[in-house]
Amino acid sequence: MQIPAPFDYVRASTVDNAFALLERHGPESRVVAGGHSLLPMMKLRLARPECLVDINDVFELDFVLRDGDTLRIGAMTRHSTLLESAEIARLFPIVGDAERVIADPTVRNRGTIGGSLCQADPAKDLSTVCKVLGAQAVVRGPAGERLLSMSEFHRGPYETAVAHNELLCEVRIPIRARSGSAYEKVERRVGDWAVVAAGASVTLAADGTIDDVRIGLTAVGIVGTATEAEAVLRGRHPGEDLFVEAGRLAALASDPVADQRGPVDYKRHLADELTRRVLRRATARATETQEG
Amino acid sequence: MQISMTVNGKDITEEAEPRVLLVHFIRDVLRLTGSHRGCDTSNCGTCVVLMDGQSVKSCTVLAAMADGHSITTVEGLASGATLDPVQQGFMEEHGLQCGFCTPGMMLTARALLDNNPHPDEGEIREAISGQMCRCTGYATIVRSVQWAAQHPATQEETAGEEVTA
Repeated sequence: MQIPAPFDYVRASTVDNAFALLERHGPESRVVAGGHSLLPMMKLRLARPECLVDINDVFELDFVLRDGDTLRIGAMTRHSTLLESAEIARLFPIVGDAERVIADPTVRNRGTIGGSLCQADPAKDLSTVCKVLGAQAVVRGPAGERLLSMSEFHRGPYETAVAHNELLCEVRIPIRARSGSAYEKVERRVGDWAVVAAGASVTLAADGTIDDVRIGLTAVGIVGTATEAEAVLRGRHPGEDLFVEAGRLAALASDPVADQRGPVDYKRHLADELTRRVLRRATARATETQEG
Repeated sequence: MQISMTVNGKDITEEAEPRVLLVHFIRDVLRLTGSHRGCDTSNCGTCVVLMDGQSVKSCTVLAAMADGHSITTVEGLASGATLDPVQQGFMEEHGLQCGFCTPGMMLTARALLDNNPHPDEGEIREAISGQMCRCTGYATIVRSVQWAAQHPATQEETAGEEVTA
């Protein structure tokens, strides 16, 4: 039977209240959102916080709203809400692609985007999605607000730039015209972590060439995006030959480890194949999309 | 700490440590043993209960986090002697063999039908994709949920819930 080690539990009512509680309970206190990453770690005693600050009642962090050419998503937005949002589906289809293969519908009722990003597990699908979309993390603390790119936000496996007395409050995603995005994951069974997954975001120029592209890979040891693969695509007309070359470069850049999910050569093969597939789909979606 | 919640329509208040998981609170403190503890790792879904009408895995929710919320367990599905259509469906279509996954399956099905009264087979399979049946009786479970969708409770039984034909 798995039971966490003892801890104190307090509930925050607002963001400011959460700062006060984190201050009061000191460096061994931790924020809990949906709890679907942290509680399993606590049950395995891999995490042993002395106090949990529950932010499920901080409703000001549960929102999806468009602000000019930015989509703002509150950190307490649940996976199920991300999947059901028509606006997100229209602007960033990669989110729906990924959400459909994150855990299962019941887990998605609880897990949040903020919790997922703060867990900073290298196999988390939403980390790749946010990288690919060029998202920014809004981190707030008693001293004020910081805006971080995903590479600044994620410092390494299970490590983020969020200080003990700070909160990830929001994710901001830039909305760009003639853009499309896609995600595809290979998993051993429904709801499992990725063996490998790939995400891509493509922005086309008015003449149909690739103006901007980002390629992210999940669980193959790439920090940041697959920059070599992106470089061969920029400024060129999208096409199968180009996608094949990008897939090859993405696989070359990846550095997977052999584990129970598969050997290195299989994972490299997946990185190549999945990169091609998401580039095809993201480009097709960018072509269909006129509006920004 | 003191934990209060509404369980199957009844207000309860009990003492429990903050580390007590909702599934243990329900089984060991409230003695409602219909919710099962299976994998402990939010994979198998036999511990599913409804929290404010949404399915949640009670092995991965602290009892403290459910304080102030409304919980429905399998014991709360029937109203008196009248079975919930989902329960009736599992009887009619032989939706259970060993019965271990059944409480979680039925509550997930209830939440699905409350949101989507006429799901197709794919939607039912997607809804229960976080539940495992070690007897592998998925075909009859899907048919049981379909039976329930085709036989919604009458207006009086659902106490004001809207039922469409």
